[in-house]
Amino acid sequence: MITEIGHYALVLALALAMVQSTAPLWGVWRGDVALMATARPVAVAQFLLIAVSFAALTHAYLISDFSLLNVVENSHSAKPLIYKISGVWGNHEGSMLLWVLILALFGALVALGSRAMPVDLAAATLAVQAWVGAAFLFFILLTSNPFLRLAQPPIEGRDLNPILQDLGLAIHPPLLYLGYVGFSITFSFAAAALICGRIDASWARFVRPWTLLAWIFLTLGIAMGSYWAYYTLGWGGFWFWDPVENASLMPWLAGTALLHTAAVMEKRDALKIWTIFLAILAFSLSLLGTFLVRSGVLTSVHAFANDPARGVFILAILVFFIGGSLALFAWRASRLRQGGIFAPVSREGALVLNNLLLTTCCATVFVGTLYPLALESVTGEKISVGAPFFNLTFGPLFVPIMLVMPLGQMLAWKRGDLLGAAQRLMVALAVGFAVALLFGALRGGPVLSIVGVAIAAYLVVGSFVEVYGRIAARGVTLGVAISRAMGLPRSAWGTAFAHAGIGVTLFGLAATGWGVELVQTIKPGDQIALGPYQLVVGDIVKRPGSNFDATVAPMEVRSGGVVVATVNPAKRFYPARQMPTTEAGIATLGLGQVYVSLSQQNPDGSLDANLYWKPWVTLIWIGTLLMALGGGLSLSDRRLRIGVARRARAPAAQPAE
Amino acid sequence: MTRKGRRLTLIASMLAVLGVAAGLVLFAMRDSIVFFYGPSELAEKALSPGTRLRIGGLVKDGSVVRGENKSISFVITDSNKEVRVAYVGQVPDLFREGQGVVAEGVLVGPGQFRADSVLAKHDEKYMPREVADALKKQGVWNDGAPAPAASK
Repeated sequence: MITEIGHYALVLALALAMVQSTAPLWGVWRGDVALMATARPVAVAQFLLIAVSFAALTHAYLISDFSLLNVVENSHSAKPLIYKISGVWGNHEGSMLLWVLILALFGALVALGSRAMPVDLAAATLAVQAWVGAAFLFFILLTSNPFLRLAQPPIEGRDLNPILQDLGLAIHPPLLYLGYVGFSITFSFAAAALICGRIDASWARFVRPWTLLAWIFLTLGIAMGSYWAYYTLGWGGFWFWDPVENASLMPWLAGTALLHTAAVMEKRDALKIWTIFLAILAFSLSLLGTFLVRSGVLTSVHAFANDPARGVFILAILVFFIGGSLALFAWRASRLRQGGIFAPVSREGALVLNNLLLTTCCATVFVGTLYPLALESVTGEKISVGAPFFNLTFGPLFVPIMLVMPLGQMLAWKRGDLLGAAQRLMVALAVGFAVALLFGALRGGPVLSIVGVAIAAYLVVGSFVEVYGRIAARGVTLGVAISRAMGLPRSAWGTAFAHAGIGVTLFGLAATGWGVELVQTIKPGDQIALGPYQLVVGDIVKRPGSNFDATVAPMEVRSGGVVVATVNPAKRFYPARQMPTTEAGIATLGLGQVYVSLSQQNPDGSLDANLYWKPWVTLIWIGTLLMALGGGLSLSDRRLRIGVARRARAPAAQPAE
Repeated sequence: MTRKGRRLTLIASMLAVLGVAAGLVLFAMRDSIVFFYGPSELAEKALSPGTRLRIGGLVKDGSVVRGENKSISFVITDSNKEVRVAYVGQVPDLFREGQGVVAEGVLVGPGQFRADSVLAKHDEKYMPREVADALKKQGVWNDGAPAPAASK
């Protein structure tokens, strides 16, 4: 019964989405305020219906209702509770339902938080959002319905792919989707702006918080996915330039560019056409990612489905929205008036350079990801474009971004002083050189790593030079400096932390060059020297789990004879799917990690193992957390708060900055 | 600077960045792209030793030989032609005789391949798509149970 309610709610949500996609637009066309006003309540109701539908599917998973095909294929009654819940989106149908749930969530949030927006812009935005929603609801109901029943339910389900039975599945997809799908709202804002012909600084002010929100989630989602791959795949790698990863990196790059030009547009009313274009591009790339991952043109652990009908359907959605929005763009963008002007050396100029480099980076990733697909469909030749390609193209283009980043922060709007900014960055440059010398002398190792940590140090220090200059000067007491620091706009701190985060991540990446890797056969009592540590292998034991059997090889990690940690690498076997998995044993020591993963057991009882010492590796993810923190700080800036325009209209105007 | 001058600066820097990017892409394309062949295609192509390739097919039954120090050798077949692959390192959890596999590495001689990475499937239903396609092409695709259908 509950399942039927869920199914019915989904159909109703589609009906509402169709209303929401037409009535408000008709209102905008006719100038009918009553019709425009329908958008808000309908958007909220559409979200609630999809939420009911999602809850119904979750319920079916919780009670292991094996009369549902989707539950049979992806669940098992012995599965731990957390994986029963996360298993809801651990398959194609459920993950698409999560996709539309988040899409509708953003629509509902805009509906509730957009009271300050002009009524026609809000109505058109929600209408465009509903177009996307309706397309994907159709997709789910016609090709990927999670509510299909079985006439003869089996007694037991086939279980979830063991690789997905991990806490990562509970966190990574929702975060990633919040980011990915979050760009739908900036897309809708852009299309609405084109429809209403209302593109100005206030539009940028409405869009910026949503862009930031989506960007924060996308950053966290990508980072979480990377960490998950790192600890679960057992190779100790964290980024493989796999097409599926690239599919999430492309919207991130476009979204990062958008974040920066939206600032220009808000402050200086410039770069309007470009900003609109980026808003369309970011979501188009999200759609492309959805197509690549969900259509089965690529095979990976993410590609649940391989039904050609689905691929064609998503391709049609993709062509419709990208083509439609670009046509709208071509038709309406020429009406935009030129905005503020600026000198090449200025904050705006630096942000233009940032955009140029970011979008070019994005384009190289695009080429590397899609070229093999294009070549195969044209000539039938199969090629693979792997890490070497991306390292050669993406790397050299990203380095100038990092070098220019602190400089851009230091330049004034309209016309900047390059020499002055460079002088103030001398400290950061000096720190960079010092770090290079220090690491070169003490550790040696690959030149690339030394250059990497030097740039990282320059970037971290350089990111804070600007705020330091604003709070501290000669003769300023600590108390004054602290109160000034508190008084600085949060967005200034946000910028500093986010930029420093890139530096911290780079440090972690560069430090992989100092890692130690051993491949060897281990047996109980073995002592293995690994980097600065010694590993002592304990007894290899069998430990049964809830729905698997594990072979565990506990090891002590010693430093100078003292046990500092233990790791428990394991091999698991899942009987339901007759499938083995590898559980890496990881111990975090300082900022580095000892990482051990097992491969097969030999006939004499010994095990083959990969052992790694990865110094500073956690900085890779700590850096991404800093980036997200920076985003969060910016988001909490009072100028950016959603609905701030309404409060600003009140008599007590905000003090100008 | 005039508006026109600014625009020229912008366009010039745009072209410069795009030029560099295009150069990098073309350079990287030449050196770091790897072609994929099945054993039969490989036999037809007569490539010179030292060519970097990915080859895929089924691991031939009874062909896996494990040696000292994690070295392993096996035959990749499409039941028409065969390639012997030598590899040192861990093979994936789901590497098995009779199952699909993709190896990346260097051709050392006719029908002889030295792999530096070996990929198998992610779960019991998955097979690398290239392998599925190559098998279909050779007409040895088996749609029966434990079908190597590329899903999940």
